Amino acid sequence: MKTLKTFIGLSLVAFNLMSADPKLNVVATLPDLGAVALEIGGERIKLTVIAGANEDPHFVDARPSFLRVLNQADVLIENGGELEAGWLPPLVSSARNKKILGDSPGHILAITGVKLLDVPVGKIDRSEGDVHPYGNPHFMLDPENCLIVASNITAAFSRIDSQGTEYYQQNLKTFSEKMLSKIPQWKKTMEPFAGIKVITYHKSFDYLINYFNLVLYDTIEPKPGIEPSPSHISNLIKRAKQENVRLVIIEPNRPKKTPTEVCKATGAKLLILPLMPGGGNSPKDFIGWYDYIIKTLSESLKN
Amino acid sequence: MKKLLTISLIAVISSLNTHYLAIIAAEPANQSTPVRLNDSSNSIESLKLQLEKLQREFEETQRRQLQQIESLKMQIEALEKGSATPVKKEEIQSQSAIIKTNNWREEIVSSSAAKKWNPAAPIRLIGSGNNYLDLSLDALVAAGSSTEKHVDELQLGGHDPSQRGFTLQQMEMVFNGAVDPYFTGQANVVYKLDSSGESDLELEEIYADTLSLPMNLQVRVGQFYSDFGRINNQHPHQWNFVDAPIVITRLLGEDGLRNLGVRISWLMPLPFYSELFFAIQNSGGTASSFRGSGHHHNDEGEDNDLLFGRPRSITDIRTFGDLLFVPRYAVSFDLTESQTLLAGVSAAFGPNSSGTRGHTEIYGTDVMWKWKPRYHHGGFPFVSVQSEFLIRRYTADEFNWDLNGNGLVDPGEYDFNNDGVPDFLPREKIDDYGFYTELNWGFKKGWVASVRGEYVTAERALYEQILGLDESRLTRKRLSTALSWYLSEFSKLRIQYNYDYRQIYGPDHSIWVQFEFLLGQHAAHKF
Repeated sequence: MKTLKTFIGLSLVAFNLMSADPKLNVVATLPDLGAVALEIGGERIKLTVIAGANEDPHFVDARPSFLRVLNQADVLIENGGELEAGWLPPLVSSARNKKILGDSPGHILAITGVKLLDVPVGKIDRSEGDVHPYGNPHFMLDPENCLIVASNITAAFSRIDSQGTEYYQQNLKTFSEKMLSKIPQWKKTMEPFAGIKVITYHKSFDYLINYFNLVLYDTIEPKPGIEPSPSHISNLIKRAKQENVRLVIIEPNRPKKTPTEVCKATGAKLLILPLMPGGGNSPKDFIGWYDYIIKTLSESLKN
Repeated sequence: MKKLLTISLIAVISSLNTHYLAIIAAEPANQSTPVRLNDSSNSIESLKLQLEKLQREFEETQRRQLQQIESLKMQIEALEKGSATPVKKEEIQSQSAIIKTNNWREEIVSSSAAKKWNPAAPIRLIGSGNNYLDLSLDALVAAGSSTEKHVDELQLGGHDPSQRGFTLQQMEMVFNGAVDPYFTGQANVVYKLDSSGESDLELEEIYADTLSLPMNLQVRVGQFYSDFGRINNQHPHQWNFVDAPIVITRLLGEDGLRNLGVRISWLMPLPFYSELFFAIQNSGGTASSFRGSGHHHNDEGEDNDLLFGRPRSITDIRTFGDLLFVPRYAVSFDLTESQTLLAGVSAAFGPNSSGTRGHTEIYGTDVMWKWKPRYHHGGFPFVSVQSEFLIRRYTADEFNWDLNGNGLVDPGEYDFNNDGVPDFLPREKIDDYGFYTELNWGFKKGWVASVRGEYVTAERALYEQILGLDESRLTRKRLSTALSWYLSEFSKLRIQYNYDYRQIYGPDHSIWVQFEFLLGQHAAHKF
């Protein structure tokens, strides 16, 4: 009897020890979502980000180690809109973790409530390349979308870790206020460049271009996910010259050969812009990354 | 009833929090026009306006939900009093439905692009977001030739190019989706055209996987490829070559090892990936190293009806031990940010059809290493090395061809060594082994160069002293080089050259061109 009591007592102690780490185990698929999660979760979360900052978010390897990470997650933050469709679904369905499945509170779809650009109208088929049927999923480069994502994350964190509700709410408030005070500054910085035509490699920067009133003239890829052919490039060069395209924007991981060629032939400038916080030489924190983007973008537009 | 109402009440109160959170910064759920900030000159003004607007909306929501709380409270009171005005069940249900739709998250979901499918809408076959069934169709066509006239004696796999000219390696239809909150399901139905142009239908796989069993367990039920090494449970369009490795087709079967059964796997609670699989499957069907005949396609042996000199004995499953058991252990480490190692050991045990005491053991070990820098463009560049080594010990039962026991060669009795008496084949262990190693280099987006080396051999067995050298167990070497061009995620062109060297027959050369196209849902890439 005594041993039984001791055993129960010890088990309780052990149980308490096990649950002594109250940190929410948060897994974000992409660094931008992770950076927002960190703004909201602060010290109450333990964050793991799956994709690297310079990695093509469409083509992340579904490494077995990610299965372990997802198996232990309390929360999974997914971009959604099929951005991770090429690698995430089998990881999630093999992770044996109820908390992050389907409609569970621990499964955050960042896209929820975001109004997407480029939602295809009419018939969609793959003759137009690998079109995302829901619209362009690279929506984090619109600062207002980040506020929606931040509130999605806050809502989910509060639901799962109700003791931290006030903390998360306070962090959301701080983050939103910071962003709302930054937005007019960024707009002001970018104001003189409204209407300038730019080219990107993939349709990754559409939200940024749209938000700051630049014009996306064309992409190096003839269609999403399709590599450029020489004829597309020579045609692009010809048209871009006439249209006075000033800037070619690519992510750090894109091949530089073709974009450089386009720049040389058209007189446009090549700008390598990080798609994710921590990419290229950018800071890892969310607002720092945004500041970096606006700074490098405006500086290269200035000249 | 009371409980339901109380729960609803809690739901409303708790959703107030999330309402507040949602509204504080972002566009509210029920507002269709997105909030746009105006020019910097009057942005502070506009922000103020916006804040006021959000504040009003928040108060409105709060008011509405307080009303609901009041009404629910009243209903509870009414129920407690056993009031003469009974509250209809429907009313309460509709109340809770309202509460449910007031739930912030659901509202946003329904207002966003991810619209729920309804039975009146057509089933969309592309995209993975909102379908009840994803469907895809994958076609693999090969063309080429070989210095060996009987190409099917070189190409042993059920989906290898098997004749000079054109081969439809497969037309695979994949159906998959979530069954309910507990299972996902998948079916792979494959059509082939055989060399005479006849259509050949195979139900390769049809299984369901559990989603959330406790203790990190997952169960698969149905017809499925056994988890034995890496190639065995891959479909032909996932291969880096036109054909399957010889050691796989020779030891596991021309279509690989698959059968009806159940598999349980356990993801171990360790800091690295470590998974244990255990499958129990039927031992017949296409499992040619076990009780299956596996003879519905071409075969490398000449005596299709004989098995190492013995007639194929067709036995029923008598005990649990007559099933096929397939254990596997896999482990993986990320060596660096850009390098991953995955290794495994597998085994398969079961009875074979050489007689009542015949049984087979197959052991395998596999390793895969992949380098893919975290600066990659569409998944390129990468380098991967994959290798599997397999050994099969086939214990054949004894067999006496003197069927009537008179010591003379009668019709239907065999005397392979022409010594005038029917042959006696003793019980013996027949060992085969081999390996393949492949190296793949994705050097530019869409382009992969591959090299593969293979070696398969056998220990000479007692029955061969009587029958002569068994041509299905000759030592073989093969060196293949392939260049694949993925035009997009949905089409691929490949050219491959094989240098084959067979004991007795000597060298052969083959060249193949392969084309793949895929319609519909593109299955996510597994590692």
